[in-house]
Amino acid sequence: MTLLTMTGIGKTFPGVRALDQVDLEVAEGEVHCLLGQNGAGKSTLIKVLSGAHQPDDGEITWRGDKATLPSPVAALRLGIATMYQELDLVPDISVAENVFLGHEPTRFGFTRRKAARNHTRTLMARLGHPEISPDREVGRLSAAGQQLVSMARALAHDARLIVMDEPTAALAADEVDNLFRIVGELTKDGVAVLYISHRLEEIRRIGTRVTVLKDGRTVAANLPAHTPTDLLVDLMSGRKVDTVFPHRETSTVDTTREVLTVTGLTRKGEFSDIGFHVHAGEVLGIAGLVGAGRSEILETVFGARKPDAGHVAVDGKPVKPGSVVAAVKAGIGLAPEERKAQGLLLDLSVAHNVTLSSLPAYSRAGFMDRARELKDSKATLERLDLRPADPRRLVAEFSGGNQQKAVVARWLVRGCKVLLLDEPTRGVDVGARAELYRVIHELAAAGVAVVLVSSEVAEVLGLADRVLVLRDGEVVADRRADELTESAVLDIVMAGSAITEGAATEEVQ
Amino acid sequence: MSDVTVLDPKSAPPQERPKHRRNLDLRLTGLLGVLVVLCIVGYATRPDSFLTEANISTMLRLAAAIGVVSVGMTFVIISGGIDLSVGSIVALAGVWMTTVATQSYGPVVMVLCALLVGLGCGLVNGLLISYGKVVPFIATLAMYASAKGLAERLSGRRTQVVTETGFTTFFRGDILGIPVLIWMLAAVFAVGWVVLNRTTFGRRTFAVGGNAEAARLAGIDVRRHTALVYGIAGLCCGIAALMVVARTTSGASTNGMFYELDAIAAVVIGGTLLSGGRGSLIGTLIGVLIFTVVGNIFTQNNLDTDIQNIAKGVIIVAAVLLQRTTTRRRAHAT
Repeated sequence: MTLLTMTGIGKTFPGVRALDQVDLEVAEGEVHCLLGQNGAGKSTLIKVLSGAHQPDDGEITWRGDKATLPSPVAALRLGIATMYQELDLVPDISVAENVFLGHEPTRFGFTRRKAARNHTRTLMARLGHPEISPDREVGRLSAAGQQLVSMARALAHDARLIVMDEPTAALAADEVDNLFRIVGELTKDGVAVLYISHRLEEIRRIGTRVTVLKDGRTVAANLPAHTPTDLLVDLMSGRKVDTVFPHRETSTVDTTREVLTVTGLTRKGEFSDIGFHVHAGEVLGIAGLVGAGRSEILETVFGARKPDAGHVAVDGKPVKPGSVVAAVKAGIGLAPEERKAQGLLLDLSVAHNVTLSSLPAYSRAGFMDRARELKDSKATLERLDLRPADPRRLVAEFSGGNQQKAVVARWLVRGCKVLLLDEPTRGVDVGARAELYRVIHELAAAGVAVVLVSSEVAEVLGLADRVLVLRDGEVVADRRADELTESAVLDIVMAGSAITEGAATEEVQ
Repeated sequence: MSDVTVLDPKSAPPQERPKHRRNLDLRLTGLLGVLVVLCIVGYATRPDSFLTEANISTMLRLAAAIGVVSVGMTFVIISGGIDLSVGSIVALAGVWMTTVATQSYGPVVMVLCALLVGLGCGLVNGLLISYGKVVPFIATLAMYASAKGLAERLSGRRTQVVTETGFTTFFRGDILGIPVLIWMLAAVFAVGWVVLNRTTFGRRTFAVGGNAEAARLAGIDVRRHTALVYGIAGLCCGIAALMVVARTTSGASTNGMFYELDAIAAVVIGGTLLSGGRGSLIGTLIGVLIFTVVGNIFTQNNLDTDIQNIAKGVIIVAAVLLQRTTTRRRAHAT
């Protein structure tokens, strides 16, 4: 039975027609997937559904009746709950307080904290995680744990429709399995899920139907979840995008020049005795589960964390440990995992962001050379195909893929020898991904040593010359990328400590 | 919000000023409007005296010290901090430069003394905050108390009159018919504006205040920079101390009282975000002038200072509310 129908939804912001003609139909008990590139209107549509934005035109029908969603509270009352990509939880208060935030059970005006705790405990058990105590402080939970709290909140509202905006972006493989199991149980109870993800394979796994948005319009509605990838990508982009990794004609690795050398790097409780080296023009991929220590290693190499032991050297010269300033001076650059929180100054223009690490080069006696800054920024934006290539615009105005390019542009302008990329394509749409891949290859071709961390094994294998596989903070395999397959890497990653290096090698062969 | 921000590149001609610049312009124009309205009120109530050269000169000389302190405060707030100790540093620097011992070395030493005391106190603030990891509110609150205490101890709570005539002759004099104090105010603002908007130091200040973690990961020495920003604020207090001493020909531990509140108020109504990362020195200057003109209107009309304080409070709230509505409407899509 149809739960929600949206027809002809339109929404205009000053200067932008964010939604033009959006139709969406969600049935009870289905997982309805919403596809579209960054900028296609997904986020705006979600905000309309959650009551955060009011549509200018169009009609919403909820369980057969015409409905309006004047506020987030109204949407929740109807039974529409939204789990945002950036979770909207209060980190300093407990799980139970978060779940019942805004609708605490009360008696005579006093909160019934025990009732809230008990109810929360039941909900967490239903979600398969009874070990998360209702009294835990939410800020201390992992990303996956926080997501469960967000989901528990939706359930506490008796939601009939749960909107999930890229719920797997921050999850490890086993946590994704748990999420999908929960989604399965919810839909069995007749709850509908509106699922947004850039990962097509997830849509295959759990999706019922697919609606594709492009430029604020519905270009295809209610396709079956097994629609061929080519067709979906064509619909999203309106052009043919080569989603496979660009093939490199010849290897650009210069084995005579070892640019980055890491030996015995250790941080207690995070990783131990990590050693690797990257040649000029080489792309080293690092695979492993979330929590295996990937980001921590990159940040330690970059000096943002201080190692307990071990050395980092660039071109054979040791780099002072625990100092970002020294690492940058030595020629290391990092595109951090959390683009917005760690990488960018959203209130500043692109040009200011791009030259941030090269201020001495763009100044004379401390005074900025603004003409050259603008010129070089613009040239770099064009080189990376960052659109619109207007360096004076605020970074906040750009989509995720373009923001990522801005971070890379910063290190291009600086001319770094080593570039560390932490999850460079997270939250980036298909088209922009292909461009980022091209950029990574170009950098390697120019002699930069690239280290790439990604949760997507296919990406690591497709881009890297050599792959390092991590498990529990240790290197368990270090091989050429063409010797590995996706399933082989997953086997190594998932395997318990019983599997030895030798056994893993046999599997590969 | 990424969905709504991808504008068609063709729709925005490249020569147009970027949206955020236009927002800033709009805000400053609004503030300037308020200042103009206040001046009209002043002229309407006192047509004979308000717009005279003597009165304008008096107003600017009164605005000079607090204006200079506000320049330093703008740097601190843009960098994401706060400085509650400015008033006490003005008092301490003023007292130290007017002790009998300091005065005996002559005017140059007096000036240097004020500047060094200010800079020193500021750097202590900065080091405590950046390397000692004390939150700015607490570190500068501690400095507020101890600098004030030290000033009282040095002066024995007595007003120290300046007997050094070289000092008073110069700083109370005119250059090209304009009082030295006003020249100093203009110079500090001009230098501050250039540093904030045209140098690497200014860039780093915005970066550190906008997102300290991102600035750190971009290779900026955030701690050193933070320490320097508080040093600048302290130096501004030293300069302001000179100006107060020159104006009153005395140093006392009660100098600079409530400067911290006036400076923060001026910075905030000037459109600088208290959370850091965004701000404007021109806004701060207009903010200082607005308060000075309000004070002057009240004095000229022989109204009580208590009503004046109420009016100040209303202006702060009104200015902030006004700016928020104008920027919201404009920046809706971002």
